[in-house]
Amino acid sequence: MLKQVEGSAAVAEAIALCRPQVICAYPISPQTHIVEALGRRVDAGELAPCEFINVESEFAAMSVAIGASATGARAYTATASQGLLFMAEAVYNAAGLGLPIVMTVANRAIGAPINIWNDHTDALSQRDCGWLQLFAEDNQEALDLHIQAFRLAEELSLPVMVCMDGFILTHAYERVDMPTQAQVDSYLPPYEPRQVLDPADPVSIGAMVGPEAFMEVRYLAHAKQQQALELIPAWADEFRRVFGRPSGGLVHEYRTSDADVIVVALGSVLGTIKDTVDMMRDEGLKIGVLGITCFRPWPAAAVRNSLQQAKRVVVLEKSLAVGMGGIVGNNVSASFSGSPDRVHTVIAGLGGRSITRGSLRRVFEQALADSLEPLTFLDLDRALVDRVLERERVQRRSGPIAEGILKDLGVVAAKLG
Amino acid sequence: MSYQPIRFYQTGTFTVGNRLLPEAQRSVQSGRERTNSLNSGHRACQGCGEALGARYAIDAAMAATNRQLVAANATGCLEVFSTPYPETSWQIPWIHSLFGNAAAVGTGIAAALRVQGKRDVRVVAQGGDGGTTDIGFGCLSGMFERNDDVLYICYDNEAYMNTGVQRSSATPPAARTNTTMPVGESTGARFGQGKNLPLIAMAHEIPYVATATVAELRDLEAKVRRAMEFRGARYIHVLVPCPLGWGHGSAETIKMARLAQETALFPVFEAEHGEVTNVSKLRRQLPVEDYLKPQSRFAHLFKPPGHADLIARIQALADRNVQRFGLVDAAEDAQ
Ligand SMILES: Cc1ncc(C[n+]2csc(CCOP(=O)(O)OP(=O)(O)O)c2C)c(N)n1
Ligand code: SF4
Ligand SMILES: [Mg+2]
Repeated sequence: MLKQVEGSAAVAEAIALCRPQVICAYPISPQTHIVEALGRRVDAGELAPCEFINVESEFAAMSVAIGASATGARAYTATASQGLLFMAEAVYNAAGLGLPIVMTVANRAIGAPINIWNDHTDALSQRDCGWLQLFAEDNQEALDLHIQAFRLAEELSLPVMVCMDGFILTHAYERVDMPTQAQVDSYLPPYEPRQVLDPADPVSIGAMVGPEAFMEVRYLAHAKQQQALELIPAWADEFRRVFGRPSGGLVHEYRTSDADVIVVALGSVLGTIKDTVDMMRDEGLKIGVLGITCFRPWPAAAVRNSLQQAKRVVVLEKSLAVGMGGIVGNNVSASFSGSPDRVHTVIAGLGGRSITRGSLRRVFEQALADSLEPLTFLDLDRALVDRVLERERVQRRSGPIAEGILKDLGVVAAKLG
Repeated sequence: MSYQPIRFYQTGTFTVGNRLLPEAQRSVQSGRERTNSLNSGHRACQGCGEALGARYAIDAAMAATNRQLVAANATGCLEVFSTPYPETSWQIPWIHSLFGNAAAVGTGIAAALRVQGKRDVRVVAQGGDGGTTDIGFGCLSGMFERNDDVLYICYDNEAYMNTGVQRSSATPPAARTNTTMPVGESTGARFGQGKNLPLIAMAHEIPYVATATVAELRDLEAKVRRAMEFRGARYIHVLVPCPLGWGHGSAETIKMARLAQETALFPVFEAEHGEVTNVSKLRRQLPVEDYLKPQSRFAHLFKPPGHADLIARIQALADRNVQRFGLVDAAEDAQ
């Protein structure tokens, strides 16, 4: 059924259709609307039997999900940003234990300085934790990926993180096609756990493993993620069969076949990039787009395959490996055996900075002209940065960086005192 | 070697008398149906109070629930010594997740059981004092506050033993640990710090809170059984001496636990919905020196010229417990 709803409401409804049994959550913007909507549904008895647990921290949220999942319940939680970091130890633990928890990450920057707006630093900080990580391009895909996530998680006995851009998607009202309960039920069978805490058949979960077998346990986690590379496209095909629309998979190609330059990105910014590419294509410029839907496992072969013909690759990412450069860019580079200097990283949109078609066009033209730097910070206010560096050079007690920048910018609140 | 006089066949006590007791009063451990939930072969030190406490507590919980029990375990000695890969001592469904989240994992298990309609399967979460009073405190308080249907058992050996005896917020004042060394001006763990978790649990007004020691194992069993009669959050705090960390002989574990109780340093009581309902009275309050002296973690208090002032402060703590919990009846006091 077609609906015009907020992204969070669409995701909450999709989760509800997946018949979750234990939902636990701790509030953090921009995830709040999702769990509020689910809480209301549980309280209204719509999801019975389902427990909604208001926990005291994100660490507890993931821990409750761990206990529930290990006891055979379909468990869900959602978080973002600081919340994801606060639960990090349990995030790794859920993966290590092989528990098929599904979690939404409403992507948001990480402080300090505290910032509630969108970028991908939160999810990418957990890229090696053993979870599958799927990134939604729009609200329809966010909704669809959650349904696929439960299927994948339970098939593989691994947790899945569905990442959707905070505010840009979570708070945007868009048209979505909401599936029926019958469709979801036919795609997603009841959870059949591989391991379960059951007095009828006692097992010890989470025993200590020393050097004699730890490597093997870690290798198995890797091997499972390699299996996921096959399962994800297979379950996306099945999704298309049941729901009648393509969604998910490893990567999405857009106008790449004869492209000299291919832009790689994750999430909602793909929309703006495609608009820009369409404009440039209209002018005869050979440029295309590769959207990464599945960031973990990293679909190296698919990426290599899609980018093979391109002369230049521009990775536009909302994350920064401080002291190194791009995170996605680094993954893309590692996918080639040949010359990684074809790959340019553009760091963009950190902390919610708008990514405009005009700015995108500028860097894409530079790439076409072979004049793009290996690492670029899109729309960086160089003068502002230089002022701070100069202040630090001349003055020992140069003060808090964020406050100094706000003063330089003349932001009203920072002028007080 | 230490010597503990035992008088056999004392009537009216549980000292040895299982064979003399009516069936209903016999300990779970004495029965053939005991489940050996924490089976032999684990790697605890000789005389480990925690292994003893956990064995009695979990077997009692198994008996009380008709063997319908699931346990979540925090990181710590109990977890490490019971599950060295590829072996496990646990004969019950058991999960270890992290150091600080056992209570929350318990909440998740309880929630999953509820949605599955498994009302008869009950949940125990357990950890050491560090996993309970420090790093797991947030999750524990949350579990209490929501009144989740979990029995949490803290095995209190008064320090982080698994990492090699460091101070926790359950470490008593003046105790030597590897992070509260009596060197220079320092006299071990500071006075005025630390948490009293049973009282904090009571402040959450949860249905049931109890303390126990491994000196009174029948009492521990009874309290676990009592706890299982309630639904909602329950807390049992068990004092479990650790020969390695406390520096006493491995045959003196029970004795140390008994002395902790009899000096009134560790009050043994029960509380329901925030009110104390039962107190294990002391026939005679022993001086704290009796408890402190045999433990090398307090040895610095007795080295010449001695620390009479500190011992007096510890005695004051014990006396405060006597006052607060009414540990000694006035009539017996006069004897
Ligand atoms: C997050 C985290 N911090 C620290 C540790 C290290 N650690 C493991 S067990 C332990 C001590 C446990 O002490 P306690 O809970 O009192 O149990 P005990 O070993 O004394 O029975 C510590 C500090 C850890 N595993 N995880
Ligand atoms: S160190 Fe203490 S608590 Fe740990 S196993 Fe040994 S005696 Fe038990
Ligand atoms: Mg301890």
